[in-house]
Amino acid sequence: MKHLEEYRDKRQVRYLIDKIRDKISTSWNIMEICGGQTHSLLKNGLIEILPEGIIMIHGPGCPVCVTPAMMIDKAIALALNTEVILCSFGDMLRVPGNEKSLLKAKAEGADVRMVYSPLDALAIARKNPEKHIVFFAVGFETTAPANALSVIQAKKLDLDNFSILSSHVLVPPAMAAILRDEETHVQGFLAAGHVCSVMGTDEYEPVAREFNVPIVVTGFEPVDMLNGIYQCISMLENGKTGLMNQYSRVVRSEGNIQAKKIISEVFEVGTREWRGIGEIPQSGLVIRKEYDRFNAEKRFTINKIPMNEDNACMAGLILKGIKKPHQCPYFRNRCTPENPMGAPMVSSEGACAAYYHYGYESAT
Amino acid sequence: MCLAIPGIITKIEPSEDEIFRTGKVSFDGIQREVNLSMVPEAREGDYVLVHVGVALQIVDEEEAKQTLACFRELDELNEALKDHPDQEELE
Ligand code: SF4
Repeated sequence: MKHLEEYRDKRQVRYLIDKIRDKISTSWNIMEICGGQTHSLLKNGLIEILPEGIIMIHGPGCPVCVTPAMMIDKAIALALNTEVILCSFGDMLRVPGNEKSLLKAKAEGADVRMVYSPLDALAIARKNPEKHIVFFAVGFETTAPANALSVIQAKKLDLDNFSILSSHVLVPPAMAAILRDEETHVQGFLAAGHVCSVMGTDEYEPVAREFNVPIVVTGFEPVDMLNGIYQCISMLENGKTGLMNQYSRVVRSEGNIQAKKIISEVFEVGTREWRGIGEIPQSGLVIRKEYDRFNAEKRFTINKIPMNEDNACMAGLILKGIKKPHQCPYFRNRCTPENPMGAPMVSSEGACAAYYHYGYESAT
Repeated sequence: MCLAIPGIITKIEPSEDEIFRTGKVSFDGIQREVNLSMVPEAREGDYVLVHVGVALQIVDEEEAKQTLACFRELDELNEALKDHPDQEELE
């Protein structure tokens, strides 16, 4: 059990911190894309022990945080239909839309249920043939196989009372959008291990090449993250760019072929709106025409809801890494996890909530 | 919500259609039903990485134990599974 010891070893953490300190000759801005990694950085206190000069910028990799308010409004409109049971992941229910959250709609009488998996929503559909079950399907590439699977199963079961409201986003186009944004100063990336375990690493090569940045695929444990940071700054210090897979014990370059097949059976790549960032072309998954029957936006007429992203919350600046949560004037006073003004305060993977929970006020 | 958790397959249910292939997976002793259609080669005793009720990949035992140990240390396993009802609870 060599690994077991190794990865929990505090000395290993110390050793990597020293290695990073010895390596850097200047300061570097590194973005961890994945919200799970943001959570890990703060929860494990890594952010405090990283050498000065390593500036971690927290990326938009929390699906709950990037789902636009307009999609939440759509989900609420569907939930208010008395024939509909609306199901979604727990965190999704608390995110404020333009007017309210799904939880609030539930308190007002809508049938809104929290599920762990889209397959649980499917089970509810089988048990409630007199109702129509809509699963609010959000997520990155990691969640796409499960959501696609629910649609394929529904088709096989010939269920006529199940559909999904899809708001699926993809990581590589978001990275490219961040690199194109002149306000952001990201010099290197940590790419999320679990997203890559599904999709593989091929899509990251072109991003690294086009923008001349190092991208290091890594995991969530402290030692993995530090190793990822070390590899990333080593490449930066040596003037190297390109893709490195530091997480090869979990991530294969081709990803999971079966999962990719299921995703592309149901979804195709299309334009998506990101909360606080705006529209990014080819940045998400939309349901293929052949599956219109299971597309809630095709099954129901949802009245056009005007785009009106709340200006008070600066989620966009947070998600692009331009501002830190504690720099938001509402952080910890008007905006708390109990009463979130914006999505990054809702999920524990959101940067604002992570800073809130772990008491960081001035972390860099 | 993007985290995937490793667990060991304790039982595979027979199923005629691959898409519906499920099994029991134990996460540090907590048993859950998991869809196994994305890992057709997985057998009982294999460790798989599970996300929202679907196994995404087979991982080796060391990797799985190491990750589980991290979850345990951070006391996050229950948190990660809290929304995952056992199938019977859904009935
Ligand atoms: S602290 Fe609240 S209001 Fe400020 S950016 Fe974060 S979520 Fe938005």
